[in-house]
Amino acid sequence: MSAPAVAAAEAGARPSTDGTLGSVPGTIAQALILSRYQLRDYLRARRFVLMMSIVGVIGAILTFILSYYHDSDTVRGLTSSSNAFYGSLWAGGVTVVIVFSGIIFGGDAIAGEFQNKTGYFLMGLPIRRASVYVGKFLAALAASVVAVLVYLAILIANGAYYLGADAFPLSLGESFVISILYLLALLGAVFLFSSMFKNSLYAVLVVAVLFLFGFTLIQALVTALIKVEPWFIITYAETVISYPFLSTLPAHVSTSTGPRGLTTTTYNPTYLEGLVIMAGYFVLTAVAGLFFFEREEFT
Amino acid sequence: MSLSIEAVGLTKRFGSFTALDHLNLKVEGSKCVGFLGPNGAGKTTTLKMFTDLIFPTEGEAFVNGISVQKDRKRALAVCGDLIESPEIYPSLTPREALEMNGALRGMRPEEIRSRTQVVLSEVKMSDWVDQKVGRFSKGMKQRVNIASSLLSDPEVVILDEPSTGLDPRGMAEVRSIVRGLKKERRLIFMSSHILSEVVDVCDDVALVDHGKLLFADTLENVTQRLSAGVRSVDAEFARPLDEPVLSGQIGSLPEVASWSRVDPRRITLGIKGGPVEQARLLEKLAAMGLGLLSFRESHSALEEVYLSEISMGEV
Repeated sequence: MSAPAVAAAEAGARPSTDGTLGSVPGTIAQALILSRYQLRDYLRARRFVLMMSIVGVIGAILTFILSYYHDSDTVRGLTSSSNAFYGSLWAGGVTVVIVFSGIIFGGDAIAGEFQNKTGYFLMGLPIRRASVYVGKFLAALAASVVAVLVYLAILIANGAYYLGADAFPLSLGESFVISILYLLALLGAVFLFSSMFKNSLYAVLVVAVLFLFGFTLIQALVTALIKVEPWFIITYAETVISYPFLSTLPAHVSTSTGPRGLTTTTYNPTYLEGLVIMAGYFVLTAVAGLFFFEREEFT
Repeated sequence: MSLSIEAVGLTKRFGSFTALDHLNLKVEGSKCVGFLGPNGAGKTTTLKMFTDLIFPTEGEAFVNGISVQKDRKRALAVCGDLIESPEIYPSLTPREALEMNGALRGMRPEEIRSRTQVVLSEVKMSDWVDQKVGRFSKGMKQRVNIASSLLSDPEVVILDEPSTGLDPRGMAEVRSIVRGLKKERRLIFMSSHILSEVVDVCDDVALVDHGKLLFADTLENVTQRLSAGVRSVDAEFARPLDEPVLSGQIGSLPEVASWSRVDPRRITLGIKGGPVEQARLLEKLAAMGLGLLSFRESHSALEEVYLSEISMGEV
């Protein structure tokens, strides 16, 4: 060993060998440490630029449409009140931002550890798999929240222009909190799929197909054909993001009869039901995802 | 607590394929142990179970008496390891990657800073400390991985073919690093299929093939076992040796049991006796004025043991 190495060894860098953990941090502390570096990696990577571009494009289109069609009845209706403005543009847009950020930051989060072999760097350290899972989840959550905040900033800037002092309603804060709960639920599900695959591409594809149209399609089929409330589908719950802006909540179940006597049943989650679905999805998928990750081998 | 790693009935099956079959091996004390075997013998599988990357079908792996399977965090707290060629998050720099490693191990910030400097300088990566790892070649990444495995100055080091992906200079540097590590109280368990590397740095060797342990012993015992006590050395000379010199002068020395020519300037000599006779032979060869350049324990002896044990396993 070189002279500086010997000096450092003498300085006491060696870990404890008495069979105790010594100064090795606890599970949560390690998760927080890992999330810090993982987030740094996300923020410098192309995927973050891609996510910001998606948010930027959505924001640019929205801003362009509002200004170009500002004289139209539709835009006038939107800008007539903060609830109409945010109820339509925030609730409609933020779910798209959340789904894309979930796919981009979470799709390969766990699968990539196996396929890209970054897991070999981490898993040889004195760290529990739960710390790695939670750390990566927190980093994906933080990166996604940045994307959501950027979208919110674009929207508030437009709101300030069209609504003036009315641009910061309390209902927006309430809806923002629900959006974060939806983001947690979605990331939980994304991490579950990611931990079921060792291949990043498969994980991202499955997550993208399910969240971009798969769940919506299943929801429509379940409602139309089986006539069952699709309470078990995460995208069903996203409707409640718009509820803070509504003066009257939609009916939980409504039935209409079509021209040939065909009856159509429409389901809307209740406020509480939507929140419970999101929280339930988050808890169940997080536990299941961790269960799979704990059992996957780095073969 | 004494340094040790131990496999107790360690078995790994992938479906019907048995990658490792009831491995029982205990290595204790401050030494470097070479873990040898052909491709697919079960070396990496064993090391992965020692670091909890894969789980045994049966048996258990222990580091300093602590079960890796039951308490990975405590078992790995004293370990530095390098299994296969890990990838580091591409947007991080070596400094940040090592900082993360140190923080996860609970090292103090000033310790991390000083050790980062030391280990990156040992692997000759000081000039790239703030460059993103994603831009590095495979060899450069492997150097950072080696640095990372040594960051905490661990007492148990588990290395899986550490010279993989390195150029000849890099391989020599890795050997030098491992030799340097041996100077302190440390147990090094290193898999390799480069026999010269093992002869160069290891004290003990263990050989596995088809998932079974064939033998584990000191390097000296293993090489002597081959030829019933005849040691073997490689000697290199500055100029070619002609036949009369080789058979007449060298071959007739009382310490020489056998000789064979490797090339015009290099020969392998079997020695009658032990270290004393070997030292005497060195003095005599140097005194002959033949331009003796080097004189070292032969790795061909280990190679012969290796090949004979492997081929016996195939019968």
